[in-house]
Amino acid sequence: MKQIPAPFWTLVLGIAVTLISLWVGQNHNLLPIQASEQAPLVDDLFDVMVTIGTALFIVVQGAIIYSMVRFRQRKGDETDGLPIEGNLPLEAFWTAIPSIIVVGLGLYSVVVFQEMGGFSPGGHHGHGTMVAMAPQQSVIDVAPLLAQVGEGESADVYSRTQVYGFGASPLMQLNQPDVTVNVTGMQYAWIFNYPDTGIIDGELHVPVGKDVQLLIEAKDVIHSFWVPQFRLKQDALPGEPAELRFVATREGTYPVVCAELCGAYHGGMRTQVIVHSPEEYADWVASRVAEASSTTAVAQTLASPTSAEYLAAIAPDLATSPVQIAQMNHAQMDHGLSGVSMDR
Amino acid sequence: MAQAEVSIKPTELQGGHGHPDKWKWYDYFTFNVDHKVIGIQYLVTSFLFYLVGGFMAVLMRTELATPDSDFLSPDLYNAFLTNHGTIMIFLWIVPAAIGGFGNYLIPLMIGARDMAFPKLNAIAFWLNPPAGALLAASFFFGGGAQAGWTSYPPLSEITANLPQTLWCAALVMVGTSSILGSVNFLVTIWKMRVPSMKWDQMPLFCWAMVATSILALFATPVLAAALILLIFDINFGTSFFKPDAGGNVVVYQHLFWFYSHPAVYLMILPIFGIMSEVIPVHARKPIFGYKAIAYSSLTICLVGLFVWVHHMFTSGTAPWMRIFFTISTLIVAVPTGVKIFSWVATLWGGKIRYTTAMLFAVGLLSMFVFGGLSGVTLGAAPFDIHVHDTYYVVGHFHYVLFGGSVFGIYSGIYHWFPKMTGRMLNEPLGKVHFVLTFIGTILTFTPMHSLGMQGMPRRVAMYDPQFADLNQLVTIGSYVLAVSVIPFYINVIWSWMAGKEAGPNPWNAMTMEWTTDSPPMIENWEVLPVLTHGPYEYGMDKADQVGPAGEPVATTRP
Repeated sequence: MKQIPAPFWTLVLGIAVTLISLWVGQNHNLLPIQASEQAPLVDDLFDVMVTIGTALFIVVQGAIIYSMVRFRQRKGDETDGLPIEGNLPLEAFWTAIPSIIVVGLGLYSVVVFQEMGGFSPGGHHGHGTMVAMAPQQSVIDVAPLLAQVGEGESADVYSRTQVYGFGASPLMQLNQPDVTVNVTGMQYAWIFNYPDTGIIDGELHVPVGKDVQLLIEAKDVIHSFWVPQFRLKQDALPGEPAELRFVATREGTYPVVCAELCGAYHGGMRTQVIVHSPEEYADWVASRVAEASSTTAVAQTLASPTSAEYLAAIAPDLATSPVQIAQMNHAQMDHGLSGVSMDR
Repeated sequence: MAQAEVSIKPTELQGGHGHPDKWKWYDYFTFNVDHKVIGIQYLVTSFLFYLVGGFMAVLMRTELATPDSDFLSPDLYNAFLTNHGTIMIFLWIVPAAIGGFGNYLIPLMIGARDMAFPKLNAIAFWLNPPAGALLAASFFFGGGAQAGWTSYPPLSEITANLPQTLWCAALVMVGTSSILGSVNFLVTIWKMRVPSMKWDQMPLFCWAMVATSILALFATPVLAAALILLIFDINFGTSFFKPDAGGNVVVYQHLFWFYSHPAVYLMILPIFGIMSEVIPVHARKPIFGYKAIAYSSLTICLVGLFVWVHHMFTSGTAPWMRIFFTISTLIVAVPTGVKIFSWVATLWGGKIRYTTAMLFAVGLLSMFVFGGLSGVTLGAAPFDIHVHDTYYVVGHFHYVLFGGSVFGIYSGIYHWFPKMTGRMLNEPLGKVHFVLTFIGTILTFTPMHSLGMQGMPRRVAMYDPQFADLNQLVTIGSYVLAVSVIPFYINVIWSWMAGKEAGPNPWNAMTMEWTTDSPPMIENWEVLPVLTHGPYEYGMDKADQVGPAGEPVATTRP
């Protein structure tokens, strides 16, 4: 040992910590599968933070454990430790390094945030064709406002409409979305309204690889729309519309979870998003349009559900429950829903 | 009262000023103006509320042992989650750390006979029991507030109106208590140090209390405003937060978090102060980087006022705000890191005593590193959007509030119990307590991070069955934590009555509170001490002096 200088061991330890941290950063398996274009961006940021965090964790915990063993009081030793009161270069070092790390993480976060579309909610809805697509059913009445302004004034629209959330990512912000869905949160269900086809459902159906825009609002209390596999979340606020725009990248069925306490059955406010292949999606749309008339008939027979039926609506099969459909119908008729408009 | 006037005079103690030589047990149940009585009143009541809040937590974890809602009714579950948070924050950590340790220690550490405003101090304490009574009453008049400790409208305005109103009133009371206490601490520390003590000779706990008090004075009135507006909305037909009548729900969140983010620093800064006292004594080494630790408290206080929107990244938050508050939040990591590194460096090269106080302090250090790192990940908005309002957040804040604040309170109790009562706590029982607490904390709060990332939201009484296994592990951990308090309470009660006599300075410590009797006499010293050395000069020539050198320090009563 005496022949090998201390810097050598420091170097070996440094390399070991670096390698372990890099490995942990890539292999932690803490996050669910990625199903949207935003998900890998978020996960890469998290992996970097896990890597840095692991390194710091090992170094600090290692120093604590080493000190607790190496510098423990020996039997009979009642003396004090070394009277060291500080070390300016060392203190400057451990102030500077975290500063550099957090500035770096901050900049990286901004880049990720921008690529996710975080800077453009509400401002880039295409060329106002939403008006044609969403005449009456629109949960969020932004369409007339958007129709009046051209591309250049979109920032102005943003400030007036106060739409929050995630808009189009920088690459596609000039395109209008392929599918727009109005999402309404209510105790204790999500309602998905497709303005261009008139479909109303308790589950979200979207085509894979298409640019989907959700316009999110709440009817009663605050809810929060979350799809863990998309890494996207947006509170549904009464009176404050928000947007989530994403491209689903993987076919499958994923949970839609309410993430904001919304009452006694908040935990039961769960449904799912089904990411279809484009063909499947077209079939689904066609079948739903075909059965639309019968749906309305069922709904009208159940205009006022009892509380038992109301709670049954939070069961997993809620999408096909007549009670659910009745609620949706009710929600649609409720003046308050579309009455909460942007121009207050 | 006569003793109030006498006690603020930095003059020699004279007999016959209206207080007895020694407080009787029943004096602790009265409107007493002695800062030590008030400190113990704060500590004892907060430890009782800790049991209440912990009981609620155990019932909630029992509910969550299975995915379905089958143990508590969902309304009661929400009432428990609301009041668990409220009690643990406002009636346990804040009063124990600030009211308890602050009141007991600040005058003793700076060589004062009492706080600057003793009656105000007593009023501040006596606002707490009625606040607890209001929360208890809220369960009997409508089943308790159920909108979470954040009480976001509109939910808080349409759910359980009377209990919600009582809840708001209780928080306004403890907030007022906090403001009164903060004024008192600032004036006391500023004006009542012994003349020989300069700012940079103050123990670091005093610096921490300065930062805490400034923060409380800036932030708490805003919470009171939010809650009073909420009371008006619920009861008097106003519509500040009612969107269908022109109100705005997001404004409440800003008002609430403008207080409640600084509140987490209110809960951790005094604990950081306790750390800076306990570690040097039991490591037998001067604190490493006194100035860095002192100033980093003030930096956290300043930056901590500008990070509140990170609780609202998924709410109605404009893009620029998400960015601004990401950066400001990440910056908090720097002064916090400085403290952590300084404490580790204090350990390095010491002669570490494995006392229970030290074990809890080092346990805190270890927990806080993890909680701090997960906090950095939460500060970055793109990742926070995924895990906001999930169990990841629950795991994070329990790591910093339980693994941080509660460990710190335990550490402080083991360290200063001999000073407060004159008797030592039982060390073997203390070590059982530490081991159970350490294991329980890791078992309970670590799996929560994974649950949150995988998709489990917080504040749910029912959840997706795929999360059942980890939840059962968490529930087992919570039972370990519930059991862990048993040896502690036994230890405290038994030692208080029959523990080993402590003497004035059992740890051979160098701050001023150890220069007087244990427990200190009323008005603290026969003759005010004179400062002859700094608070942490271990290993130097002066270190073998117990208490300030020279006359006229009385360590025993004549």
